[in-house]
Amino acid sequence: MLARLKRNWLYLAIAAIIAFFVLIPFDWFLGQYATLMIFIGIYSIVTVGLCLLMGYTGQVSLGQAAFFGMGAYVSAILSKTYGVNPWLAMLIAAAMTGAFAYIIGYPIFRLKGNYLAMATLGLGLIMWILFRELSQFTGGPDGMSEIPSLAIGGFVFNTSFRRYFLVWFFCLAVLLISQNIVRSRTGRALRAIHGSEEAAESIGINVTQFKVKILALSAVYASLAGSLFVYHLRFVSPQSFDFMASVKLVVMAVIGGLASVWGAIFGAGATHILSDELLLRFGGWDVVVYGLILVLVMIFMPEGLFVKLKEVFERLRLRYRQGGTEP
Amino acid sequence: MSSAQFVGLLIGGITSGSIYALVGLGFTIIYAVTKIINFAQGEFVMLGGLLSYILIHSAGISMVPALFLSILIAAAIGAAMYLLAIRSAKNASVVSLIIVTIGAAIFIRGLAGQLLTKEYVRSPSFSGEQSISVLGARIDPQALWIIGTMVVVTIILHFFLTYTMVGKALKACAINPVASSLVGINPRTMALIAFILAAALGGIGGVVLAPFTMLWYQSGVMLGLKGFVAAAIGGFKSPVAAVFGGLLIGVVESLAVWASWGPFSSAYKDAIALVVLLLILLVRSGKLAEEERTG
Repeated sequence: MLARLKRNWLYLAIAAIIAFFVLIPFDWFLGQYATLMIFIGIYSIVTVGLCLLMGYTGQVSLGQAAFFGMGAYVSAILSKTYGVNPWLAMLIAAAMTGAFAYIIGYPIFRLKGNYLAMATLGLGLIMWILFRELSQFTGGPDGMSEIPSLAIGGFVFNTSFRRYFLVWFFCLAVLLISQNIVRSRTGRALRAIHGSEEAAESIGINVTQFKVKILALSAVYASLAGSLFVYHLRFVSPQSFDFMASVKLVVMAVIGGLASVWGAIFGAGATHILSDELLLRFGGWDVVVYGLILVLVMIFMPEGLFVKLKEVFERLRLRYRQGGTEP
Repeated sequence: MSSAQFVGLLIGGITSGSIYALVGLGFTIIYAVTKIINFAQGEFVMLGGLLSYILIHSAGISMVPALFLSILIAAAIGAAMYLLAIRSAKNASVVSLIIVTIGAAIFIRGLAGQLLTKEYVRSPSFSGEQSISVLGARIDPQALWIIGTMVVVTIILHFFLTYTMVGKALKACAINPVASSLVGINPRTMALIAFILAAALGGIGGVVLAPFTMLWYQSGVMLGLKGFVAAAIGGFKSPVAAVFGGLLIGVVESLAVWASWGPFSSAYKDAIALVVLLLILLVRSGKLAEEERTG
C-alpha cells in the first residue's frame, strides 16, 4: 500500500494541485479568480473540439471563431431581441451551428492541408464581416449589451461565482464526452484517418463522413462555449470573433498538444493567462512579446507545451525512481 | 452613373488591385519555392509605407533615396524572418508553419507600432497633389505611379525569372526541389532569396501606396489577406495569374460600391474577395487534392 502510494505520489500531488485550483473560489479571490477560470473553461470547450478535429483527425481549421461567434450571436439575438428562454436559445444556437458546419463540411473537406486552412480562414472572416455588418440584427461593430442571464427556476446565474460552476459543469461534461469518443470505435477511425486517408478508406472507414461529423461536433462545442461566453459577459461584439480569435484558438489547441483531450484545458489556460493577464504587464510591447512567444513555441516545441512538460516530468520521475532503488 | 464615375471607380479598382497584385506576387513566390503560406506578407507593405514616411519626415532624407532605403530595410527584415524563424522550424507541420508566420506578422506589426509610429501617416506624393483628368474622371496622379510601378515590377520579375541564372534556379526549385538540389541548387538559398524578393515586393507596394492613402501599423492585415486571395486566384503558381487575381479583386471591390442592393451594402466590400476565394478553392478542389497528393 505504502509502496503503491509512493509510486503514485506524483499523480496524487497533481490531483491535489488541480483540486486546489478548482476549489479556490470557495474561499478567496472570489471575483477575480472565478472570472479568469470562467474564461479558461469556455476556451477549453472550444479547444477540445479543435483537438478532436486537428489532433485526432488531422484537419486544420483557421475559422473556429466563426462557430464560437455563431453560438454567441444566435443566443444573444434569440434571448434578447425575441425573448426566447436563454436555455432554449443556447440549444437552438448549438443545433444551428452544428447543422451549418455539417452542410459546409462536405464541400470544404474536398480540400486538404494548406488549401483547407485557406478555406476555413476565408469562412471565418466572412462570418466575422457578417457579425459586423448585419447591424439590424447584431448591433454592428458596437455589439449588443444587456443580454439576459441564464436561470434555473428562481436561481439566476447572476454572479461570477455561480457562473463559474455552470461553465465548469459544461466543460467537464464536454471533456468526458470527448474522452469517450476518443476511446471508442469512432476515435480509432479518426486516428486511422490522421495516419493515412487511403488506408482508412481501404478498411471501410467513410473518411469524409467522419471528418464532417467531427467538424459538426467541434462546431457544436464552439457554439456552446459562445453561448456561455455571451451569458457570462451579457455583452457581445464582433471583435471577439476576428481572425486573431481563430488564431488564438488554434494556438490553444497546439500548446495543449493537439492529440490530448486533457491537454486542451492546459492549452486554453496557459494561452489565456499569457495573452490576457501576463502580457498586460509589458505595456505597449505586449503584442511584440506575444508574437515572439508564438514563434519560439512553434520552433522549439511544435508538439506543444503540454507534451513537452509531460516529457520533462516523466524524465524527473525516472530519475527519482532510479535514485530510490540505489541504496 | 456617368461614364466619368465609372472610369474613376475602374481606375480606383486597378490602383488598389495593383497593390494586391504586388502582395500576391510575394505570396506566390514564397509558396512556389517553399510550400509555405507567409501570413506576414501584408506587413511588408505596411513597413514600406511607414518606413518611407519616417525616413522622409523624421530622418530628413530626400525622397528617392528614402524610398529605396525603405524597400531595402523591408527586404532585410524578410531575410531576417526567414533565417531566424522559418529556417529553424523547417520540419514543422503545416499548422505550425502557419502559426510561425502569423507569430512573425504579429511581432513585426507590434515592433512597427512601438518603434515607428502608431499614427495614421501619409507620405508626400511623387509628383504633386494636382489631380489629373482621365476621360472626365479626376485621378490622383499617385494612382498612375502605383499602376505603373506594378506593371514595371511585374515585367522585371518576369525577365528575372526567365533569363537570369538565379531566376531560373528559383523556378527549378519551385518545380522540383529534389531534382534541382541534385544539379547543385541549394533549396535553402533559394528559399532565402524567395523571402527577400517577396519582402521587397511588399516594400515596393508600401512606398508607392503611402502617398495615396493613410497607412498605420495595422494596415498590413487586410492588405495581406487581399494579396493572399489574389495569389489563391492564381493558384499560388503563376506570378502573372497572381497579378490578374489582384487586379480582378481590386476592380470587383471598387465596382461593388454601386452594385449594392437590399441588405448588401458596400460595407460587404471586404467579403467579396473572400467569397471569390472560397468559390475558386471549391471549384478547383479536385485538382488541388490531386496536387497535394502528388506533392
